[in-house]
Amino acid sequence: MGKTLFDKIWDAHVVTAVEDGPTQLYIDRHFCHEVTSPQAFDGLRKRGLKVFRPEKTTLSPDHNIPTLNQEKPIADPVSKFQVDTLTKNAQDFGLTLYGLGHEKNGIIHVIGPENGLTQPGMTIVCGDSHTSTHGAFGAIAFGIGTSEVEMVLASQCILQPRPKTMRINFEGKLQNAVTAKDLALYMIAELTTGGATGYFVEYAGEAIRNLSMEERMTLCNLSIEMGARGGMIAPDQVTFDYVKGREFAPKGEAWEKALAYWKTLKSDNDAIFDREITFDASAIQPMITYGTNPGMGMAINGTIPTLDAIDEASRISFQNAMKYMGFSAGEKIEGKQIDYVFLGSCTNGRIEDFRQFAAAVKGKMKADNVTAWLVPGSWMVEKQIKAEGIDKILVEAGFELRQPGCSACLAMNEDKVPAGKYAVSTSNRNFEGRQGPGARTLLASPLVAAAAAVTGKITDPRNI
Amino acid sequence: MKICVFLRHLRSNIKIMEKFKTITSTFVPLPIENVDTDQIIPARFLKATTKDGFGNNLFADWRYDKAGNPITDFVLNNPTYSGEVLVAGKNFGSGSSREHAAWAVAGYGFKVVVSSFFADIFKGNALNNGVLPVVVSESFLADLFAEVNADPKTTVTVDLENQTITDNKSGKKETFQINAYKKNCLLNGYDDIDFLLSNKDKIEAWEKNN
Repeated sequence: MGKTLFDKIWDAHVVTAVEDGPTQLYIDRHFCHEVTSPQAFDGLRKRGLKVFRPEKTTLSPDHNIPTLNQEKPIADPVSKFQVDTLTKNAQDFGLTLYGLGHEKNGIIHVIGPENGLTQPGMTIVCGDSHTSTHGAFGAIAFGIGTSEVEMVLASQCILQPRPKTMRINFEGKLQNAVTAKDLALYMIAELTTGGATGYFVEYAGEAIRNLSMEERMTLCNLSIEMGARGGMIAPDQVTFDYVKGREFAPKGEAWEKALAYWKTLKSDNDAIFDREITFDASAIQPMITYGTNPGMGMAINGTIPTLDAIDEASRISFQNAMKYMGFSAGEKIEGKQIDYVFLGSCTNGRIEDFRQFAAAVKGKMKADNVTAWLVPGSWMVEKQIKAEGIDKILVEAGFELRQPGCSACLAMNEDKVPAGKYAVSTSNRNFEGRQGPGARTLLASPLVAAAAAVTGKITDPRNI
Repeated sequence: MKICVFLRHLRSNIKIMEKFKTITSTFVPLPIENVDTDQIIPARFLKATTKDGFGNNLFADWRYDKAGNPITDFVLNNPTYSGEVLVAGKNFGSGSSREHAAWAVAGYGFKVVVSSFFADIFKGNALNNGVLPVVVSESFLADLFAEVNADPKTTVTVDLENQTITDNKSGKKETFQINAYKKNCLLNGYDDIDFLLSNKDKIEAWEKNN
C-alpha cells in the first residue's frame, strides 16, 4: 500500500517509538515567541540543561508587543518583562532572536516562511496552535504546549501519538472575490470546530493547486480551527519558486539535492486516508462568521440558522453565542453596521492580503463610523507595502498602517475592541472576548474587511 | 520499546507531578459545548512568566464582572457545586495551544476533566500537568448533568489504574482510553524530558543518518 505525504515525512523523523505509546519524533525547526516559552526555559534552568541544538530554534516576540511606538520602551511593565525575558533567554541559551526593532521581526508564522526557514519535508513546531501555517510548504507543522517546548529545547524531539490522516479535496475553480479565507471558513462551517480533531489533513484538488503560496498558508493556518492538529499541501513548482533564493533556503548543490527530495513529497496514488472528503470549490461564496467559534460561519448574504436546525445538546451554546453577538437565530447580518476593521495576523497579514485590501479601497474613503487597524505581519511585509506604494493608496483612502505584531487577533496589547462593538476581522478566532472583553468578532477575508471598512456595514465585496 | 524497559529508563526521573490516585468526588458541571482555551484563560492573563496563579483566573470572563466581582450564576461561584472533577460539554479545550489553560484548571484544584470529546492540544497539555482528561459517551455525560442538577452531592469515581469512571448515583461504569506510557507517567508522577534524553544515542544516530 502506498504512503500519504504525511506518512512519508513522519516516518522519516521517527527516532524511536514507545510500545502502546507515543512516537519520539525529531524536530527540524522550532519557533518560539515570548508568551509560551518562559516557563520552558525556566524548566531547563531547574534541570541544569542546555538547549540541545540551538541552531534549530528561532525566536521572535510577536504576541505581547505594541503596534505603535515600538522604538520606545514598552509602556506596560508586565509586557515589557515578558519580552525582555525572551531576549534574556536568547542570550543565556545562545539562540537566534529577531527582537523588537530587528528588520526580521514579525509574527513567527510570517517570518519563518519569508526567510526560508520553513521548507518542504520538515517537522516544525512552535508553542502556538497556528504553527499549522507552515504545512503549506508540505511540512508536518503543529502547535505544542509549553511542556513540549521544553522537550524540544532539551532534546530536539517531541513525544507524539500518531494522528489519523484525512484528505480534503477542493475540486473546481473559486469564484471571483472568493479567497483562501472563504474556502477555509466554508470548510470549517461544514465540518464544525471539532470536525477534524485527531486528524492531520492534506488539502488537494484543482482549487488548491491554483492557490498562491500565501493563500495556501492562510488555508493551512486555519486547520486548527476545525480541530486538526495540522494541515498540509504537497509541494509543487509554486512552493519551489517561493522558497528559492530566500536567506535560509538551500543554495547551489544543496538546493538541487533538496529539490530532488522535495519532488518525492506527495501522497502515492494508492495511499489510503482514514477519512476523505470532497468539496465543490466553485459553490463557495464570500464568507463571514456570526457566532463565537470559527465553525459558526455562512455565506455573507446568508441567514443564521434557526433554533430548530441546531442539535438539542448544542442549543445552550448556540443561544449563548447569539446573546453574546447581539444576533437572532434566523436573521441576515448583511447590511448591519460595524465599528472596527482589523487587517492582519498570521492568517491574513501578508503582502497579498494588503494588496487585495488596498485594491478594494482604492479611490474610496474609510467610513466615518469605522476604526481600522491595519497591521502588517512582519517588517519585511511592511517594507514591501511601502516599496509597492500600497501605503499611499491606504493613506489616500483614510487608513493608516500600524507596526507589525499579532495585535488585535488576540488583544494581548492595547489593540482591544471595546465591549459590545462589532469588528470585521481577518484573524482566526471569534471566541468570546478574543479581541477584548465583550468584543464581537466577525471573521472574514481581506476583501470582506475592505468592503466593511468603506461602507461601515457588513457588505458583500462583489457589490462595491 | 516495552513498558518495563521504559520504566527502567525513568529510574533517575525527576518527580515533578503528584502521583495520580483514584478519586471519588463531587463534580462541577459546565454543560457548555466547545469551551475554548480563551474562555478557560483569557489572553490578557498570559503575560506571566511562571506557572503560578492561573487558577484564580480560570474562566475569568464568565466568573467575574468588569469590576472584578463574582458573577453569582456562574457555576464556580455557586457553593452548591464543588469537587476535584470538572464535567464539561463536548469539545472541551479547543483553540489556542496555551498550556496556561491546563495550569488554570490544575491551579484551581481540578484533577480530572470529564467530557465526551477533547481538543488534542489541550488533552496533551492536561496530561503533562497531572490533570486527567476522561472521555465518556454522550449518554453518560448527559446522565451526569441531569443527576447533578437533581442532587449536587452526586459523586463520580475515577480509577486510572483500571481506566474506569463510575457514576455513583446510577452505578453505571465506563472504561476510558489512555496510552500505557502516559498512564505510567501519571501513576508515578513522571514527565517526559528524562525519557527523551535517555534516548540521546538514538537522537544522535538519527541526526547522523539525515
